[in-house]
Amino acid sequence: MYSQGLIGADGRTDEAPEFLEAFQKRIDAEEKIEPMDAMPEGYRRTLIRQIGQHAHSEIVGMLPEGNWITRAPSLKRKAALLAKVQDEGGHGLYLYAAAETLGVSRDQMTEELLSGKAKYSSIFNYPTLSWADIGTIGWLVDGAAIMNQIPLCRCSFGPYARAMIRVCKEESFHQRQGYEIVMTLARGTPEQKAMAQDSLNRWWWPSLMMFGPHDAESQHSDQNMKWKIKRFSNDELRQKFIDATVPQAQFLGLSVPDPDLTWNEEKGGYDHGPIDWDEFWRVVKGGGVMNRDRIEARQKAWDDGAWVREAALAHAEKRRARKLAAE
Amino acid sequence: MALWEAVLELADDHLVLGHRVSEWCGHAPMLEEDLAMPNMALDLIGTARTLYDHAGALEGAGRDENRLAYFRDERAYVNCLLVERPNGDFAQTMLRQLYFAAFMEPYWRQALHSSDAVIAGVAGKAVKEMAYHIRHAGEWVIRLGDGTEESARRMQSAVRALHGYTGELFEAGADAGGVLPDRAALRGDWDRVIGEVFAEAGLRQPDGVPMQSGGRRGLHGEGLGHLLAEMQSLARAHPGAVW
Ligand SMILES: [Fe+2]
Ligand SMILES: [Fe+2]
Repeated sequence: MYSQGLIGADGRTDEAPEFLEAFQKRIDAEEKIEPMDAMPEGYRRTLIRQIGQHAHSEIVGMLPEGNWITRAPSLKRKAALLAKVQDEGGHGLYLYAAAETLGVSRDQMTEELLSGKAKYSSIFNYPTLSWADIGTIGWLVDGAAIMNQIPLCRCSFGPYARAMIRVCKEESFHQRQGYEIVMTLARGTPEQKAMAQDSLNRWWWPSLMMFGPHDAESQHSDQNMKWKIKRFSNDELRQKFIDATVPQAQFLGLSVPDPDLTWNEEKGGYDHGPIDWDEFWRVVKGGGVMNRDRIEARQKAWDDGAWVREAALAHAEKRRARKLAAE
Repeated sequence: MALWEAVLELADDHLVLGHRVSEWCGHAPMLEEDLAMPNMALDLIGTARTLYDHAGALEGAGRDENRLAYFRDERAYVNCLLVERPNGDFAQTMLRQLYFAAFMEPYWRQALHSSDAVIAGVAGKAVKEMAYHIRHAGEWVIRLGDGTEESARRMQSAVRALHGYTGELFEAGADAGGVLPDRAALRGDWDRVIGEVFAEAGLRQPDGVPMQSGGRRGLHGEGLGHLLAEMQSLARAHPGAVW
């Protein structure tokens, strides 16, 4: 799944102008920056933060969907959901590996997630309250992730761009699978259809918020665009997402919970009603229903697993010592 | 002949254990295990699906995989007791996996020659999966048994907790009329694998632990009812719905 418009990145950098200019030339020529290349500190810091946020989002994102693995209503759905949640863990793994090339360890990043220093996508601070949410998350949340990540496949930082190419293929499979779950519900019993509509009602606005604040309020965006860490603005991506998704909802016979939604012939896209940014910031800052539970669940897994990780290290050490002694 | 019931026992073993393993998803001690455990769960659930389908067809009463999995109560479930044991800590989960896989690997190896084409087909795939589960779980049992003082203590207490459920693995269930392997004959293979792993892990088989049995007659511990209540809740709230 995915990272939201980067929160709180600090792209300030104080290298010599000649160095920055030479670096910018490489970026402008669409050269990929590789881990061992010289790069401005601000560029490195921004990427560590963005890739880290993205990796954490994949990992925390396992929890809301994991909430339905044990209750999936058929064996086929149970297997597909397990495989999907596993894919998200795999995305987390490649992304941590990409961030590690920039000189930060996975343990360090994990500690930052648990201490609240590092953020993850706020969408995962909403609860999954029905089976329909599993479909809706695939359709909208993985769908929004794809909108964000397709441009990242051309990100200037090589390891991130390459990770995104692999991840995007799986995300688009998740999106289709999610849509198919919602379609099955929309064509099912009246109760199933109501479940699908209720789910769309709850996830629509948080999905739009995944693209981050309006461009006018988004800090540091210009520098990230210049460095080609970001290629489209938050509002551009949000618009693309709305234009792609509204017809999909109509096809299912579900209504998008926005009374102001209207087709604008002139711009060739939809106009939408106001987004509740107070809610967005409240959830980003820790006030969502699930913020505390998500971090507690990660903390518990980390703490409960400590003895296992220690034992693995101790055993590897013993083996090495025995091998040395035998030589 | 009760071949379908014998196949059902096998299907229940795989679904219940797959479900238990899936409970770990997102809560494992490290990210690598958050990927490995769903893999194992997927193997088990995949095998269960084919077996349920087959049991339903052999029974001939029109029950499909979901009917069999979601609309039977605990008294009708005929899995062995080992697979329904709660996850406990990571040591217990890995030991349960090793005990089961070390039994199923030789089982499927024999079943490769079954006169039932579906069973032989399942065996071809499952025998490789079980070999992987033995390796993965076995390596963990060794690491934990021969790791730190704490991990060795936890590993040995997992052995005490689960040992009493291993005898039932080898008991005969519904009569498969020679189509499925004889469970009792797999004892030697199982003993050898467990013996090798335990020797490397520095673990002992406990003495004087009474053996439990009853799963094949629907006589379970209390945990299975909760597992099924959770698993079946949504499907049963909407009987007849398609998902
Ligand atoms: Fe993902
Ligand atoms: Fe995804």
